[in-house]
This record gives sequence, structure tokens and C-alpha cells, in this order.
Amino acid sequence: MLDIIVSVLTRTIIAGTPLLIATLGEIIAERAGILNLGMEGIMSAGAVTGFIIAFTTGNPWLGMLAAILVGMLLSSLHGFVCITLRANQVVSGLALTMLGLGISGLWGKPYIGRPLPQRMPRLDISGLSDIPVLGDIFFNHDWYVYLSVLIGIVIWFLVKHTRMGITLRSVGENPKAAESQGIPVNRVKYLAVMTGGGLAGMAGAFLSTAYSGSWNEGMVAGRGWIVIALTIFALWRPGGAFLGAYLFGGIFVLQFMLQPLGVSPNLLAMLPYLSTLVVLLIYGLSKSGQRRMSAPATLGEPYVRGGR
Amino acid sequence: MDRIQSLEMRGISKSFQDVKANREINLTVSSGEILGLLGENGAGKTTLVNILYGLYHPDDGQILINGEPVRLRSPKDSMRAGIGMIHQHFMLVEKHTVLENIALGYAEAPFLFPQRSLRGRIRELSAQYGLDVDPDKPIWELSAGEQQRVEIIKALSRNADLLIMDEPTSVLTPQETDELFDILRKMTSGGHSVILISHKLEEIMDICNRVMVLRKGQVTGEARIEEVDKGKLAVMMIGRQIAAAYPKTDIDPGDAVLEITGLDVDSDRGLPAVRGLSLVVRRNEILGIAGVSGNGQQELVETITGLRQPLSGSVMMKGVPLDHADARKAHTLGITHVPEERIKYGIVPNLLLYENSVLKRHRDEPFSNWIQMNYAVIKDHAGKLVDGFNVDAPSINIRVKNLSGGNIQKLILGREISGGPDLLIAAHPTYGLDVGATEYVRKQIIELRDKGGAVLLVSEDLDELFMVCDRIAVMFEGRFMGQVTPDSCTIEEIGLMMAGSTLQEA
Ligand SMILES: Nc1ncnc2c1ncn2[C@@H]1O[C@H](COP(=O)(O)OP(=O)(O)OP(=O)(O)O)[C@@H](O)[C@H]1O
Ligand SMILES: [Mg+2]
Repeated sequence: MLDIIVSVLTRTIIAGTPLLIATLGEIIAERAGILNLGMEGIMSAGAVTGFIIAFTTGNPWLGMLAAILVGMLLSSLHGFVCITLRANQVVSGLALTMLGLGISGLWGKPYIGRPLPQRMPRLDISGLSDIPVLGDIFFNHDWYVYLSVLIGIVIWFLVKHTRMGITLRSVGENPKAAESQGIPVNRVKYLAVMTGGGLAGMAGAFLSTAYSGSWNEGMVAGRGWIVIALTIFALWRPGGAFLGAYLFGGIFVLQFMLQPLGVSPNLLAMLPYLSTLVVLLIYGLSKSGQRRMSAPATLGEPYVRGGR
Repeated sequence: MDRIQSLEMRGISKSFQDVKANREINLTVSSGEILGLLGENGAGKTTLVNILYGLYHPDDGQILINGEPVRLRSPKDSMRAGIGMIHQHFMLVEKHTVLENIALGYAEAPFLFPQRSLRGRIRELSAQYGLDVDPDKPIWELSAGEQQRVEIIKALSRNADLLIMDEPTSVLTPQETDELFDILRKMTSGGHSVILISHKLEEIMDICNRVMVLRKGQVTGEARIEEVDKGKLAVMMIGRQIAAAYPKTDIDPGDAVLEITGLDVDSDRGLPAVRGLSLVVRRNEILGIAGVSGNGQQELVETITGLRQPLSGSVMMKGVPLDHADARKAHTLGITHVPEERIKYGIVPNLLLYENSVLKRHRDEPFSNWIQMNYAVIKDHAGKLVDGFNVDAPSINIRVKNLSGGNIQKLILGREISGGPDLLIAAHPTYGLDVGATEYVRKQIIELRDKGGAVLLVSEDLDELFMVCDRIAVMFEGRFMGQVTPDSCTIEEIGLMMAGSTLQEA
């Protein structure tokens, strides 16, 4: 029994990792007022790029770097369309999803089903990894897992306790006020959307170079959409992203474990979306909750300089 | 960069679509000077200072600092050059705290924990300037007056060489205004300069060294302050004198329209805002509510207009209880409302002017029937409002956010008064209006009362309350300190009651 629990928890952390990385990215973009619905596409492009580079160079770190770059590149496209051209963010995001899926299909064709010679290595923390149970659950993972936790903590800190965080949040809440204090609003928006895209690319690379160690078309499997729901579930807070990512990661794992017992995987696949609704419902019922729940005030709206 | 010794704007022109907001304007201001900028609503004052602050780009003309031409492409450039500004409409992030708002873009705020290290400094500044705000409160919990204080502290903390203030005093109490002016005097004696926009002529006379008057985008007059008086300023602005008093027919108040007994209301923070308050407003009567903003006036108004749920007590409108927060019911019972924060609650900024002219009444005949809007009637109505209330708008087909601040207020007033309501709740109705428009609005309010309407007028402008009201109640910490008639009481006594003494003590 203990074996099963340890294995479920270990796999939960692994399954939650790409969700965590990409959700943090989406939170940053949305906090600056840019809705990026292209996460599925960016993660996919990140996965294929990461795989190809790791495969050809034999270095998964270079794969991660390349995936981040591709994510930033794709999301800068989204930025250009939404920030500079002020087009509709939903339309642009959906287009980005299709673009990302298309690119990954095209680039990835020759690599389908080929195993990666060198996956992202595990981080052995001498001493900790050998602790029974806890060591297995928490200290026996690859670099991505620890990096994601580190990134999450850093982002939480930056958003909450630094001037940079105030700038980011203000740009999404009231860009005019930010501009009037000398903040280059559109530059902040670009940076946020590109940081978000970079993280989505990294999440994709995790899937292909650490999680499965191979590339397959459609391997992102809707995680990009779960990330959108998770961002709302987290109420746009990095702390909430941790909770949501591991919760949803756990649901992922259960989906496979419970299937032999006759529980329909479709039912479990529904859970992330259902629990997002439940969170919204719970917060919506109380007045202070409603305040906390509200999205960044200008989410999805283009910003026009010098307008009224 | 050097301190600003002198700043000059030369031949500045700026148009928006068909509106020529500024035409060939020349302006100079030098160190140690306070320049008053006057003009009717829509004259182009805000446009001009926005250009100076780098928010708008002029179509033509140049700006020189210490004789050197400069390009101010964004507020960042202007801040670097030593220019600071308080905007006509609040530039605050609602969900953030006072501290976070002040830290935003503040070069001296440290990167790490900016809130923590600014807290002491803000406390210091607010004590020094007599501007009382809680640095840890979020903005949405603050009244307009408190938000204005935040804006002032924010601007002062930046320590700019040239400070532009676009109607900074519209929601301040007389004491706060005095204190602000003391600060400005100190600053100018230290070599700073100020451009002050205000519609309050006493203030201009009180503090400015020089005035400049704009009209329809052009400079129509300039003078040293010694050469003018209030009357002359009014003539320079609107081409005629203004009334010193308003004729009112003596009418005995009629039936009670609004009756409130034992009302308790909480603020957004869940603290008691209105405590056991009772009042009656009758037909043919204007009841004024005096008080420093933040003493429960906003919560009281929101309760009557059906925007806020009271804890206990009763609100009766024409004998019908208004016990559930229900704005539609309040509207159908004949209550109209001119809100304190007009951009937020008074209009839908992105809708067109004519659409805004029928808000709340859009579902009533003749503006719509059971299935569709009757745009012909709506546009006709909008046209009448624009003419009747002298709203300066290029057309009724523009987005209402593009009107000047004062003209938005005129439109809201027109909309709320024109239906002939039983009860008008007006919070700071002349806030931001030019002297001509102020006079006009006060006359309209008195006319409404003469025709049988009841009016509840919330204002911090004691002169206004004395000139317009039949009765004045002074509100402090959610209670009335006393109710008086203007002829049985002095402005000083009201001032004391606003600070918390009861009628007997005062
Ligand atoms: N961004 C804009 N788009 C279109 N028209 C504008 C814009 N800004 C200002 N205007 C127009 O320019 C004119 C001048 O407006 P401005 O706000 O400068 O007036 P103001 O003197 O500040 O008036 P108030 O005393 O009412 O604030 C007005 O007719 C206004 O409608
Ligand atoms: Mg103005």
C-alpha cells in the first residue's frame, strides 16, 4: 500500500511540473493584461524544439534553452499582433495554438518514436534522496522539477515584494496610471508575454526531454488548455499555481491508476475544469472572495497611448 | 539635468479629429512662480498640460526648458526633465494599496520590499502636509477626497521642479486646500514652480502670481494677479459677470419625500459608516449634507440609491420602503443620482454620447418599446440635453469619454434633472464645473426644488451649501452633528461641526 501511495505522490509531482511552469507563464502574461490562449501551441512547439536540439546535440540543457527561445519567439508574435496592432487577443491566441501545433507536426515528423539518448538528468541530493518515503517522493527527480519550484518561488517573490511586481500588476490593472508614472506600458506587456511564452516552451521541453524522452504528435494532450483553467483556478497568484498544478497533476495520475478499476478516465479528465468552476463558485459566494477573484482589470483590452 | 529655471511652450497646437483643442498657445512659467490656468469646460486646459507632461504629442509648436528646446515624448521624458503632474481624473490602481500606488514608477523606491521602506516616508509626508491617509488601505476603499490626498502625496513625494495640478482641490475641504497651498508656497520659495488649474476663483486669487485664460483652445487673456479680481477673472473666462447669490422663492416645504430612520450602514471594509442616522427631505426642499468626505456620505448616498444594503433602519421613498439594495426600484420610485465618481458610476465611457444620455431610462417609453430602442427619440433627447445644458461636444455621435471633464458632468446633470425627478441625490454636482456652468447647475437645482422636487445635496463646498440649501445637516463619523438653516448659522460653525463638535459646542 505504501508503495502505491509513494508512487502516486511521486508521479503527481512529475505530472504537475509542466502545468506549474506553464501556468506561471500564463499568470505573468495575464497580470500584464495579455490573455495568451496559445499555450497549447507554444508548449507543443517547445516540446518538439527541445527534443530535436537535445537529440542532435545530445545535451538536454541545450534543448531546454532552445525551447524557451522558441516559446519567446512565438509569443512575441502574439505580442506584436495584440500589443502593437491591437488586434483581438482571443483570435490571435487561437491562431497561435494552431500555428504551434502545425509547426511541431512539421518539424517533428522525422523524430516520431525515436528515443532520446540522453534525458534531463536527475538531481541527486546526497543524503536527502536516500531518506525513505520522503526521499522517494520529493528528492528523486530530474532538474526540471526543482527548477520549476525555484522559478515559482522567484516569481511569487518578484510579483509580491518588488517594484517590478508592482509595475507588472499596475500595467494589467490600470495601464493609464502606469503610463502617467513613466512606465513604458507596452514594453512591460511585451516582456511579460514573452516571459510567459518562454516558460510555456520550457514546459513543453520537459514533456519531450524529461517526462517521456520521445516526441509524438499531440503529446501535449490538452495541457495548454488546462493551464488556462489553472490560471483562473489560481486566481492569478503564483502561490495558487503550485496548489493547482499539483492537484491537477494528481488527477492526471489517478486517471491512469483508476482506469483498471473501472473508473472512466473521461470522468477524471473533466475534473480540472470542474474544480475550476467550483473554486469560482466558492469565491463568488462571498463578497471578499469576489474581490480576490477578479481578473486583472484590463485583461484582454488593447492599450492605446494618449487615449482617454 | 539642470533644475528648471524657466519653461516655455511656443505655438502649441493640437487637434482631435475635428476639435481644435489647442491653437497656437504660448505659455511661460519660471522658477518660484505659480501660474493659474483658467478657462471654461472644454477650453483645452487639460490638453495643454497633458502635452507638457508628454501624454499627448502636439501637432505643432515646441517646448523649451531653460531656453533649450526639448522633446517630451512620454511622461518618462517629462519626469526626467523635472515635471510632475496631478491629473484631473485619478490615476490610481484601484486594487492596490496606497503604498503600492505611490511606489509605482517611483525612482527612489527600492527594488526589494518597496512598500516596507516607503511606509515610514509616506506617514511622514502625510503628517507634515496634514494629508491623512492610511498607507495600507487599498484605493477602492477610499472616498474621492481620500484618493485626491493620495494623488497629492504621490506628486509631492516626487519633488518635481515644475508641478502641474489639474483641479487638485475639487474634492478637498477648505482646511486641506489651505494646507496644500501652504505647501505650494513653501515649494515656490524654494525655487519650484507650479501650474495650477482650478475653477475656484478664490483659490486662484489666493495663491497664483499670474493667470492665463484659455477659451476655445486659444489664449484670450493674461494678467498679473494684482491687476485682476474675481469679477474680472469671470469676465475674462466667460465674457460676463456671475451671480453672487441665487434668487429662491420662499416656499414652505411640502410632504415628506424621503424618510430615513435609524439607518446603519457598513463600509466596504465592514466598518460602520453610517450610524443610527435619521433624516427627512420634503418636496420643495433642498437638504444639504456637509462634511469631510469619508464620513459616511458616500455610503448614505449609495444606500438611498439602492447600491448598498443597509444593516438596519428604514428608508421610505414616498411611503414605499426601499429595504433591499435595488437600484431599479429606486429609479422607478423617482430617485435620480449624480454620483461622486462620475467616470466610474456616471457614464459608460466607451458608449456614444446619445446612448449615455438615456442610461437607466433606456428601457422606459418613449426611448424604447418592448423590443427595440427608439434611436430617433433618444438622439433627439440627447440633442436637447446638449443644447439645454451647454454641453460642449462636437456631436452627439462621439464616445462620451472624449468630452472634457466638466462637460461629462454637465451631461450627467442634464440627464438626471431633465426627467423631473421626485428626489435628486447630487454628490458634489459642481465639482469640476467652470463658473458659468456652476451657476447654471445651481439654478437648475433650485428650479427643480421650486417645481416640487426634493433634493439631497452632498457637498464639501460650504459656500455652495449656503447659497443653495434650505437646510444643512453636518455629517461626522456617520452621524449628524446638527441640522441648521443657512441664515441661522455661520460657515465657521459648520466648519467646527465638520470636525466633530456638536451644534451646542459650536
Ligand atoms: N483624447 C481626446 N479625443 C477627442 N477629443 C478630445 C480628447 N481630449 C480632449 N478632447 C476635446 O478637446 C477639447 C478640450 O478638452 P480639455 O479636456 O482639454 O478641456 P478642459 O479645459 O480641461 O475642460 P474641463 O474644465 O472640463 O476639464 C474638448 O472639446 C474635448 O472634447
Ligand atoms: Mg480638464
